[in-house]
Amino acid sequence: MSLIEIRNLHASINGKEILKGVDLTINKGEVHAVMGPNGNGKSTLASVIAGKDNFEVTQGEIIYQGKNLFDLSIDQRAAEGIFLGFQYPVEIPGVSISNFMKTAINEQRKYKGLDPMPTFEFMKLMEEKKKIVELDSKLANRSVNEGFSGGEKKKNEIFQMAMLNPTLSILDETDSGLDIDALRIVAAGVNALRSKENSTILITHYQRLLDYIVPDFVHVLYEGKIVKTGPKELALELEEKGYEWLKYE
Amino acid sequence: MNGLNMNSFKKATRPKEEDFAGFSCNIPQLITHRINQFNGFFFENKDSNLKINNGTIVCSMETAKQKYSSILAKKNIKDLSSYEEGLFIYVPKDAQIDLPLQILDIIKAEDSILINSKSIIIIGENSKLKLICCDDTVNNKSSISENSLQIFLEDNSSLEYYKMENINNSSSIFTETDFILASNASLTTFWLSINGGNIRNKLNVSFEGEHSKAELYGLYLADRDQKVLNEISVKHNKPNCISTQLYKGILDDSAEAEFKGHINVGKNAYLTEATQNNRNILLTDKARVNTQPFLEIYNDDVKCSHGATIGQLDQSAMFYMRSRGITERSAKMLLMYAFCNEVLSKASLQELKDKLQDIIKRRLHGELSSCENCVLVCNNPCESMDVDITKIN
Repeated sequence: MSLIEIRNLHASINGKEILKGVDLTINKGEVHAVMGPNGNGKSTLASVIAGKDNFEVTQGEIIYQGKNLFDLSIDQRAAEGIFLGFQYPVEIPGVSISNFMKTAINEQRKYKGLDPMPTFEFMKLMEEKKKIVELDSKLANRSVNEGFSGGEKKKNEIFQMAMLNPTLSILDETDSGLDIDALRIVAAGVNALRSKENSTILITHYQRLLDYIVPDFVHVLYEGKIVKTGPKELALELEEKGYEWLKYE
Repeated sequence: MNGLNMNSFKKATRPKEEDFAGFSCNIPQLITHRINQFNGFFFENKDSNLKINNGTIVCSMETAKQKYSSILAKKNIKDLSSYEEGLFIYVPKDAQIDLPLQILDIIKAEDSILINSKSIIIIGENSKLKLICCDDTVNNKSSISENSLQIFLEDNSSLEYYKMENINNSSSIFTETDFILASNASLTTFWLSINGGNIRNKLNVSFEGEHSKAELYGLYLADRDQKVLNEISVKHNKPNCISTQLYKGILDDSAEAEFKGHINVGKNAYLTEATQNNRNILLTDKARVNTQPFLEIYNDDVKCSHGATIGQLDQSAMFYMRSRGITERSAKMLLMYAFCNEVLSKASLQELKDKLQDIIKRRLHGELSSCENCVLVCNNPCESMDVDITKIN
């Protein structure tokens, strides 16, 4: 059974149509790369799945684990296992990462009818997951993303993903602004979290990331539609020929 | 003034001490020397373990005028005859007070009462004092409380002053506090307007010696029709002094706040450093803030800055938090709490800081004060909390 099915999705912002009929089906355990030039709707697709409300969905539907995604609020979608790794992670002065994560985990547990996670168990989980992305222990006591470098912010996204153990992760331009070492760490983190039970959408416009996280499918999102789908080799072809090539396809 | 007619209020008379029995403003783990003022009248604390054995004087102004007129004479106090019901505290030279002093200003009105008290505090050379002032009402009767306080910080002295205003919605409190700093004096104030129908604070700092510093922090939380005014005046009359102001507020419903910050740097006050910041969050479009910085500088060799912001909760932070599964309500709470915590984090008395964080948490949780009886009366805790926002760093 498919994990998420996006059917004929149209979405606008301020009356301007960005997504013009996206169809995409993802099964459990799969990694899908969504590529395409800037400004063609990749991040919009990520935001609409996560539930950002400045986009208006004008047509189409998203079925996630048998549920109509549009019936769920942003935080309910997260509790149902959807995670968005931000292209530009937000700074939250005064809220420490551990406090942030503890609240997130416990609110997700509450949604599922579970008791809060005992503190010692939470601390253990933090320690374990910090290692996955080599997150500096000192950062955990600092305010969320405040004063973090670009690399630290992206590591922190993957750390949060590890903590929340989502079913569907959407990583929006996770490679942007990363040097090669940070990219390796982040990619290793994503790979470590890969399983048969969860799926990933990688949004990127460079092939580089896909050397480290090998996708099962590559899609090209162009002018608001998925115009081409292929195996991982498609990314190499795009790298070589550029997106212009698609116009003549 | 919330439709109150001041003429319908009558001047408070000395209440019976036993009417106030059983009320205590407890701060767990924090032991203080407690000083009681009931309806604005000083009551001697008979508890023997609260004796301060270093020559510190705590008495009513009436007593001070009779017994300590020589001390008072050294200060140029205008209109001394009008000081009657207030408090007199004198910390002699070179004194260390091991515990903070806590002034409990409790109002228990039977009817609409008008309370008027004028107090004087003198902190002698090289002495240090931590002072906590709690203003509480213990019922829902209306009252107006006018308090004036003059605090003298002599050479090399230091004062940490915590003010907590936590009165019912039909009561008003008007304070005027003067801090007069001699040389090398250090002042830190935390002004927390947690609840009250109408709160007006005037805080005046005057540098009368060199190399002194004043850090003024304030936090006001208002909802419904509450009104809060903070009017601050810092006068740099002497060179080499530093002042900072950080006042923050959250306003819900139709609440109104006003911040007036005046910095005056005199002609001879070279090498002055003065900063002022006022930040506000409006939770509704009916809430209002009026912020007015006013810098008056008669000297070139100074560093002065000011800033004011009025805004809503950061929507991108809200989306970020909710995308992690944090509900809208909890995300708001966390953001508001973080906003307040910038002020609280400056407090040095850890036990008090914990208590204040708890009060703020409750206050915010009540969005802002619907849980009146729980939130407002310190000795009546309300336990249920969805989000633990303090215990983990």
